[in-house]
Amino acid sequence: MNIKREEQGNVVLLQVKEERLDAHNADELKQELANLFEAGRNGVVVDLKEVRFIDSSGLGALVSGFKNASARQAELKLSGVQSQVKSMFELTRLHRVFDIYSTMDDALASF
Amino acid sequence: MKNEIDIQIKVPNQTRYLSLIGRIGEDLAHQLQDFKGDRENLANQLNVVLTEAMVNAIRHANAGDPDKQVDIRITISDNELLLQVFDQGQGFDLNSIQDPGFDEEELLETGGRGIFIIRALMDSVLYRRIPGGNVLEMRKRL
Repeated sequence: MNIKREEQGNVVLLQVKEERLDAHNADELKQELANLFEAGRNGVVVDLKEVRFIDSSGLGALVSGFKNASARQAELKLSGVQSQVKSMFELTRLHRVFDIYSTMDDALASF
Repeated sequence: MKNEIDIQIKVPNQTRYLSLIGRIGEDLAHQLQDFKGDRENLANQLNVVLTEAMVNAIRHANAGDPDKQVDIRITISDNELLLQVFDQGQGFDLNSIQDPGFDEEELLETGGRGIFIIRALMDSVLYRRIPGGNVLEMRKRL
């Protein structure tokens, strides 16, 4: 899976450079998030601007990251959610769980 | 009958083929004659439903065995779309799979959304045993 990782002060920005976040690649994102929070990172932004498709496994990887963050008093925020991806968050009500920002700059500025 | 489409695809029991199958669903939505609804929405729905159904066959019915196969059949008539995903496994009890709840704790479950998503986007969902395996049948009125 192609993920671009950048450090922005204390926050890690992960840009998912894939058109699909699905059962084929979601475990890699889940593992990346787990590694970051286990290493003591307390802020992560996952930017989904290039993702135009997400399935239940992709959603599950993000939920796993969210739980991992919460358990360590850290935060996981999302940005760049495209319309079809947004509709999946709404269908599963997960838009109530995540802090979702229009752009990664907005998400980074919120920390 | 002249507008009927019947597509059958066989792929190995591996998640690398999810995008191929999903994309076929999307392309079909874009090509449908006489469809008056929101094509982009239908395209995403078919992509999602085919992806979820195939993951279900790969992981749960065929138990991740890469030597097994998943067969997909898509049939479109004037007013109905039928998606069938055939597995070669022991199967599972569809009726025992409850929809996930939406309270705070339930929303934080990392799994269990696949069948819920299929049920939400299709009009009927049925799973039945056939010789050599099972078929998940999903119908949607067009």
